[in-house]
Amino acid sequence: MLKSVELLPDKSKDELTRMLKEKWTIRYFDEKVDEFFAKGMIHGTTHLCVGQEPTATGPCSVLRDEDKITSTHRGHGHCIAKGADINLMMAELFGRSTGYCKGKGGSMHIADVEKGNLGANGIVGGGIPLATGAALTSKLKNQGDVILSYFGDGAANEGSFHESLNLASIWGLPVVFICENNQYGMSGSVKEMVNIENIAERASSYGIPGVVVDGNDLIEIMNETHKAVKHAREGGGPVLIEAKTYRWKGHSKSDARKYRTREEEQAWKDKDGIKRFRDLLISEELLTEEEAENLRKQAKQDVEEAVQYAEESPEPGLDTLLEDVYA
Amino acid sequence: MREITYVEALRECMSQEMRENENVFLMGEDIGVYGGAFGVTRGMIEEFGPERVRNTPISEAGITGSAIGSALTGMQPIVELQFSDFITIAMDQLANQAAKLRYMYGGKGNVPMVLRTPAGSGTGAAAQHSQSLEAWVAHIPGLKVVQPSTAYDAKGLLKAAIDDPNPVIFYEHKLLYKTSSDDVPEDPYSIPLGQADIKREGTDVTIVATSVMVHRALEAAEKLAEEGINVEVIDPRSIVPLDEETIVQSVIKTNRVVVVHEAVKRGGYGGEIASMITESEAFDFLDAPVKRLGASPVPVPYNPELEKAMTPQTEDLIQACRETLQRA
Repeated sequence: MLKSVELLPDKSKDELTRMLKEKWTIRYFDEKVDEFFAKGMIHGTTHLCVGQEPTATGPCSVLRDEDKITSTHRGHGHCIAKGADINLMMAELFGRSTGYCKGKGGSMHIADVEKGNLGANGIVGGGIPLATGAALTSKLKNQGDVILSYFGDGAANEGSFHESLNLASIWGLPVVFICENNQYGMSGSVKEMVNIENIAERASSYGIPGVVVDGNDLIEIMNETHKAVKHAREGGGPVLIEAKTYRWKGHSKSDARKYRTREEEQAWKDKDGIKRFRDLLISEELLTEEEAENLRKQAKQDVEEAVQYAEESPEPGLDTLLEDVYA
Repeated sequence: MREITYVEALRECMSQEMRENENVFLMGEDIGVYGGAFGVTRGMIEEFGPERVRNTPISEAGITGSAIGSALTGMQPIVELQFSDFITIAMDQLANQAAKLRYMYGGKGNVPMVLRTPAGSGTGAAAQHSQSLEAWVAHIPGLKVVQPSTAYDAKGLLKAAIDDPNPVIFYEHKLLYKTSSDDVPEDPYSIPLGQADIKREGTDVTIVATSVMVHRALEAAEKLAEEGINVEVIDPRSIVPLDEETIVQSVIKTNRVVVVHEAVKRGGYGGEIASMITESEAFDFLDAPVKRLGASPVPVPYNPELEKAMTPQTEDLIQACRETLQRA
């Protein structure tokens, strides 16, 4: 499909352009959320993935519909990449009854279990054992489904990460662990908190493959996840992928970013994974400048429509307070 | 009818469920050829194989979390934790994941899992292997909490717990494992969660007792009967959900109540039961303050006499009933 680089998964032109649009959707979604939090239009807190779009879109693009993901507190991109309806996502952030969680979960708990999104998670590393268990279901039921477990560099220091990698390894479970190393766990630099160069090296402790990818290179991420998912689906067991990326915004809504320099931020912004993929598609003549611009505008428009949907949606009735604690 | 032990009742229930339902499987430390720390799963790996009787590494958070993930995706796992004290290590997964996923996700997704684990003192296992921490989990909306006191109840409650679409913490008691019931049917049966059992009918004072305390309450009742005091013993069997009605009606009848558990009294679930009674219509029928018995606020000591002194014994219950009847 591509002339200048090798692309392992079989992707049509339409799929590749859809992925470019998806990345813009993720970016505009989170920029819009950022704006609303700054204006006090939505409450609580939120964690934005601006700058990390390729690690959401790439891995999810090589999954089948039946495959599943677990996500993190910084999970809007993962949700969108796994096929979530951004209207229902925005409605959830507005706390409305039409939201994915009927207004009870908010930014950190968006899930769509039927569509294979087993949920964002407010506990760092909390979703990794859940993914391992979902992979156990796949194995016990011979489903052939693969589970992608997203987490950050901070979670790699949680016990849940180590226990899960070990369990998945000894049981040969079909799970791909994806560490989005965005360089900081809140203010804690990975250089300060981890005494090895690559978190992926930890894979060797558990006897599984570990791979490092450039988190801004969508093609490389897709290729490596494609290989890992194939390996897991064919019974080879888990793989740990570490994507080096960067969150452009602060940790959450009130972060003055004193722990890093503006120069460092700019250096990462210069590697913008969206622009890089857009330029590649244009140079490959899969897209014209004008078509790309139309896709970008359409993504922005979709987000505006999601806002409108959310604003017009009703608040949940107080009579729903006690619902859904127990099945 | 057939007499079998508490351990046999639990094993029989799990085996019957696993024969009928391929979604049910076991996970835990040393539950394979070893048969579990207390022998509950003995022989099961031979029948069901290592895929369904999964021997795990020592990773309480990992195996509990994996059970939750597998339950969320269609399985019905039963996790065995060797000692209920180790629930502390699994607590994030239980409290923040299992209990909350359904609510956080707006009612989408169930976590039909059972976590079985032995609690309680009396075996000389000391401070880290003898606690009764049921109040910790009972406090968390989204979990159910069961404490069977007999082999008969253990079998029926475990089936209900396995069939329940919610996460259930199933507290077994080490001192009860070898006790027997002479009335355990071979065929599967279910005892609904939230249905208390009146273990002994009486008219003068009600004892609400859980787990091993049910047996001490029954012993106390026998001795008090010799003095002409007629004690009613109620076993809630599950504390979440709690059968408030049976307790309230008993207190309305007897006008006096003693609440007892093995857990430390301070912050124990007995406080919840006592408050529930005083907030209910039974308040107007009380002829004496509600009396509450529980363990002293200390870590469980090793020395057998100290260990015994820490927790309510039959004599303490006899004394508490007498005080409630102003006959001390």
